[in-house]
Amino acid sequence: MSEKTMNLTLYVWRQANAKAPGKMERYEAKGISPDMSFLEMLDVTNEQLIKQGIEPIVFDHDCREGICGMCSQVINGVPHGPEELVTVCQLHMRRFNDGDTIFIEPWRSKAFPIEKDLMVDRGAFDRIMQAYGYTSITCGGAPDANDHPIPKWQLDRAMDAAECIGCGACVAACPNASGMLFTAAKVAHLNMLPQGKPEGARRVKAMIAAHDLEGFGNCTNHYECEAACPKGVKTAFISYLNKELIKALPKGAQD
Amino acid sequence: MSMLKSSVGRKLTMAVTGAILVLFILGHVLGNMSIFVGPEGINAYAVHLRDLGPLLWVVRLVMLVVFVLHVWFGIQLTLENRAARPVDYQQKKNLVTTFAAKTMIVSGLVLLAFVIYHVLHFTLHVGVDNVDQLAKAYMGEHFDVYTMVVTGFGKAINVLVYVAAMILLFFHVSHGFQSFLQTLGLSNECVQPKYQAVGKFLALVVSIGFISIPVLIMVGIVKL
Ligand code: HEM
Ligand code: SF4
Ligand code: FES
Repeated sequence: MSEKTMNLTLYVWRQANAKAPGKMERYEAKGISPDMSFLEMLDVTNEQLIKQGIEPIVFDHDCREGICGMCSQVINGVPHGPEELVTVCQLHMRRFNDGDTIFIEPWRSKAFPIEKDLMVDRGAFDRIMQAYGYTSITCGGAPDANDHPIPKWQLDRAMDAAECIGCGACVAACPNASGMLFTAAKVAHLNMLPQGKPEGARRVKAMIAAHDLEGFGNCTNHYECEAACPKGVKTAFISYLNKELIKALPKGAQD
Repeated sequence: MSMLKSSVGRKLTMAVTGAILVLFILGHVLGNMSIFVGPEGINAYAVHLRDLGPLLWVVRLVMLVVFVLHVWFGIQLTLENRAARPVDYQQKKNLVTTFAAKTMIVSGLVLLAFVIYHVLHFTLHVGVDNVDQLAKAYMGEHFDVYTMVVTGFGKAINVLVYVAAMILLFFHVSHGFQSFLQTLGLSNECVQPKYQAVGKFLALVVSIGFISIPVLIMVGIVKL
């Protein structure tokens, strides 16, 4: 039995560099298998474009297994596309139908300048991490398995925050282009753990200050980030972040 | 890090001032219900308020500061948020946000205009007919609030303005209530849906409370 393939119409954002104006271009993607991932569909489309003498579409990707956070596309208006809790690389073409028209755009945010086409510079996230996304404590050798100084549920909570892969979909989805879900996830996963707690007050202040410097918007609780996050990071962590800041406010530089 | 510079610091200020405004409108709508007791109800309530003397002025001053901070940061944060996405999407689908959340600045600015109009009208008596007569009409020495309100809502345009503004108040508070709890660090995924439900209910009760006054006057159930 021959495999059923699909033909699609793509509207893709093309932009030569950070300064150039961009626009949507229309392409036909032919003979797409439903078993391909969205990125494989773009690979095939790019080969077709090259044959036509058109410059291939530039897009970010790395692991292609949903863990690195590099792939970043707004598909039909939704970061990472229509499938819940997956990244673009884990989105499969069986979610689409033959003849569909698909709009593909980059993350749009002042803090994430477009480098080319669908590729953006997410260095802003790195600088938030550099501000205090670490702990300066050394904890000795590896502890015994299942040896943990906080209860399991607290540990699980920190791990839920630590699921963040830094993809930036939260910023892309936010009507204010705020990076608060990412910042909250990073603050929470450290501040909730015994190794991170001692520096908690400094961390929350430093990471929020770094976030603000990058030109992200402010959170007004639309909760679009949570709906778009491929890792299911909850906005409850933003509330936690705010609480950590309230606790940190009266503390001076010596704390 | 300065509280009044950082994004979260200013959001906390929005939340605290927003929460105070919500408390204020709750008290206000409860107080206003005294109009249904009749002229003695709301006039006696007004006299009690005036009897507070300097305390009333302290409350007014605090409310003014709260309001100015809320409006100032509301406008400032909104402008920053718009600037954070200089090139908009060709296509953007919002999945969970609400009409109320997307229109906070609109409902807020209309409420600002309304509050100015409302204070001019009922507090400073601009455009109130027969102010001199009303001044000592209640028990021969107090301002007759009841007559002022009932004649004021004899004009359809006033009724319209109040009803429209209170519908926007509904939207503003329906998002604002759960928003301030989230901002103040009191939310999580278990209670958030409950906050949203309570906020909507509270906003509905408050706006219906406020709207009932002009409407019942207009249809003649509350009269002179
Ligand atoms: C009766 C008067 C008002 C009440 C009861 C009220 C209440 C609230 C509350 C509770 C919040 C949520 C606070 C937070 O979590 O950040 C809020 C947010 C906000 N308010 Fe008001 N407010 C009032 C008037 C105004 C006015 C006059 C403006 C005009 C600019 C305004 C603009 C905003 C904006 C822009 C937000 C932030 C949007 C957001 O948090 O989603 N509000 N308000
Ligand atoms: S919080 Fe979610 S959407 Fe935001 S960067 Fe992390 S994984 Fe991506
Ligand atoms: S390419 Fe690594 S998460 Fe998609």
